[in-house]
Amino acid sequence: MNVTLTDEEIAFRDEVRTFFRENFPGDLRDKLAAGIDLSRDDMVRWQKVLYRQGWAAVNWPVEYGGTGWSAVQKYIFANEIAEANAPDMVPFGVKMVAPIIYTYGSDAQRQRFLPDILESNVWWCQGYSEPGAGSDLASLKTRADRHGDEYIVNGTKTWTTLGHYADWIFCLVRTSSDVARRQEGISFLLIDMSTPGVAVKPIITIEGDREVNEVHFDDVRVPVENLVGEEGKGWTYGKVLLQHERTNIAGVARSRYRLRRLREKSSQSLRGAAPLLDDRNFARKLATVEIELRALEYTELRTLAAVAVGKAPGPESSILKIKGTEIQQELDALFVEAAGYYALPYVPEQFTMHFDEDRRIGSGSETRTSLRYFNNRKASIYGGSNEIQKNIIAKHVLGL
Amino acid sequence: MDFSLTDEQSMLVDSVARFIDNDYDFATRQKIAQSDQGFSADVWRTFADLGWTAMPFPEEDGGLGGGTIELMLLMQHFGRGLVVEPYLANVVLAGGILRRCADTAQKKRWLSPLIEGELQASLAFMEPQSRFNIADITTTATANGSDFVLDGHKSLVFHGASADLLLIPARTSGEQRDQAGISIFAIAGDAEGVERQAYPTVDGHRAAEIRLRSVRVNSESLLGTPGTGYAGLQETIDDATLAVSAEALGILRALHEKTVDYAKNRIQFGVPIGTFQALQHRMVDSLMGCEQCQSLLYWAAMRTELGGSAARSAVSALKYQIGTSGRQIAREAVQIHGGMGVTWELDIAHFFKRFTAIETLFGNADFHLDRYVQLASDAR
Repeated sequence: MNVTLTDEEIAFRDEVRTFFRENFPGDLRDKLAAGIDLSRDDMVRWQKVLYRQGWAAVNWPVEYGGTGWSAVQKYIFANEIAEANAPDMVPFGVKMVAPIIYTYGSDAQRQRFLPDILESNVWWCQGYSEPGAGSDLASLKTRADRHGDEYIVNGTKTWTTLGHYADWIFCLVRTSSDVARRQEGISFLLIDMSTPGVAVKPIITIEGDREVNEVHFDDVRVPVENLVGEEGKGWTYGKVLLQHERTNIAGVARSRYRLRRLREKSSQSLRGAAPLLDDRNFARKLATVEIELRALEYTELRTLAAVAVGKAPGPESSILKIKGTEIQQELDALFVEAAGYYALPYVPEQFTMHFDEDRRIGSGSETRTSLRYFNNRKASIYGGSNEIQKNIIAKHVLGL
Repeated sequence: MDFSLTDEQSMLVDSVARFIDNDYDFATRQKIAQSDQGFSADVWRTFADLGWTAMPFPEEDGGLGGGTIELMLLMQHFGRGLVVEPYLANVVLAGGILRRCADTAQKKRWLSPLIEGELQASLAFMEPQSRFNIADITTTATANGSDFVLDGHKSLVFHGASADLLLIPARTSGEQRDQAGISIFAIAGDAEGVERQAYPTVDGHRAAEIRLRSVRVNSESLLGTPGTGYAGLQETIDDATLAVSAEALGILRALHEKTVDYAKNRIQFGVPIGTFQALQHRMVDSLMGCEQCQSLLYWAAMRTELGGSAARSAVSALKYQIGTSGRQIAREAVQIHGGMGVTWELDIAHFFKRFTAIETLFGNADFHLDRYVQLASDAR
């Protein structure tokens, strides 16, 4: 039992670190430091850099363009990309739909879709939730009725993250309602967003931004060749996807980076004030999160070690999702506390390019804190709410 | 990066798991706990025969050269079995001091028989006023020629009344809470001037108040250079903190597993109570708490093998988490067992009481959170 890296792993870490330092575009780094959201083009540009390096699809099988890295190498990569404060790949294509396509799709689908996902030529979004189907996902009503070589799709998907950027959407749709269990009769369908009858409408979230959307389908014609796997098996495929999603959203390396930033900031004197870390209550709260995060890091490492000897990430990944999002949200709240009064100004134009610095209120990182705190309340709700995760653990781990 | 055990470590786990399963069921434990001495000499002989009393000592001292990982593995199972034998008092605490502070002759005299299972020793590190500050020592050792005369009051000395040898941190110089000026003396349990008042503790273990009245010892009883005992004392207490944290995790896992099992079988309103979501989510919280504690235990054990202030900080993080998550897990276990959880008959109550004792031992959660904060601040 040890946590030291081998010489090869240290060399790998240095290679990854150097690459991020030299290749993460400086203008994107500056934008992020100023609290400015990256545009669609910014994200695609960065993802193409990763693609050219062969690092766009860390987890894919090598034959489709994956890395073939060990669990430890993947862990190192996740740490280094977080430490560089460089964005991860937008998950919907590379981390969500692609594993379904290469696992359950046809050869034709693999050849058609995977290369464009790998190269970031096509932007994907997720069509799972519906206005009437949130935590109770199996009650979804979007219908896909077979007519000859086409499905006719009608219904509404919601909470579609960055759907306004997307070229394609992967959907769970109901292909049969004549079933014994609601989980049956659901199919996994890939839909081109430019098809007539698809409409994307914004949902403005708590912090005031457009991040999510409603996607409406009105007699949308989808060729049957866009069905993944077997008709009626979509629920099974979707569940596998959610397990991948759950490990991805623990965000241990990102939280550690943010925690270190918070520790650095709060140990410095700001505008002549005493460092916040001298406040024993704040120091204790920071320590508590740090300890929880250290524990989660090792819980994730233990999961990785199990995966490395051939065990699939099972329901235990729900633990990572719950604890990971709890820690993220606790950090969000501590950043707000650290900002004090300057968490309160709501001046979104401060987070746009070419803002007049003389007119800036507070520092960008301070006034950003509350927006981030508001926005990230979503973390314990999405990907299967934390209460749903507890149901999953109760059933599948504890056998209750 | 590797969480697997060596072959030797796996064998250790197998042997201690077998012992707990086959030879140390709850009824046996209760009988031993209620015996005159509060532990079984036969069981202790078995510990020695299986090599456990030799386990954490270097080979040159006659030990098996085990480290923190081995200690952690052993203690987790001792927790699961609610073992009352004085492994913590004798091997971890007293043995830890002798290993660190004694010279070759002293080791031969005291550590060798301890390793052989022939000697029971105990470290008297608490005083009535000291609470969690191990440097807060009013017991004095006054030089008198080449001898020393010890006076003072040591409290809650684990198995202190039956110990053959007492290790006494005493002040040879300095003020009450100074880290400098602490010296450690080894004295016979029945030396003249040693008054021992034995009593049981709430967790089924044994302790004693020990009053030292002009206890005269010669210089061969002094371990190490006078006034420099603190470092060895602190390292030993940190080892013991990790050891009881591992023991606590064994207890917490047992409580959690027994609770889930109970919830599957206890029928109320015509269904197992484990079908109630209000209970399910709380048992899931307990599972997550166990996993988070397990992760920190591995981390702290590996950091301890590296030593230094990083190790101290990790031990404090661990004890804090055990104290906070563990308290919740233990209380839920009793609650979900309903009335049965508060009976003397069921093991649940005894797991709960031993855990409660461990919460306090070597500093509670608040103490260790503050120590963690302080170490982070020192590193700034």
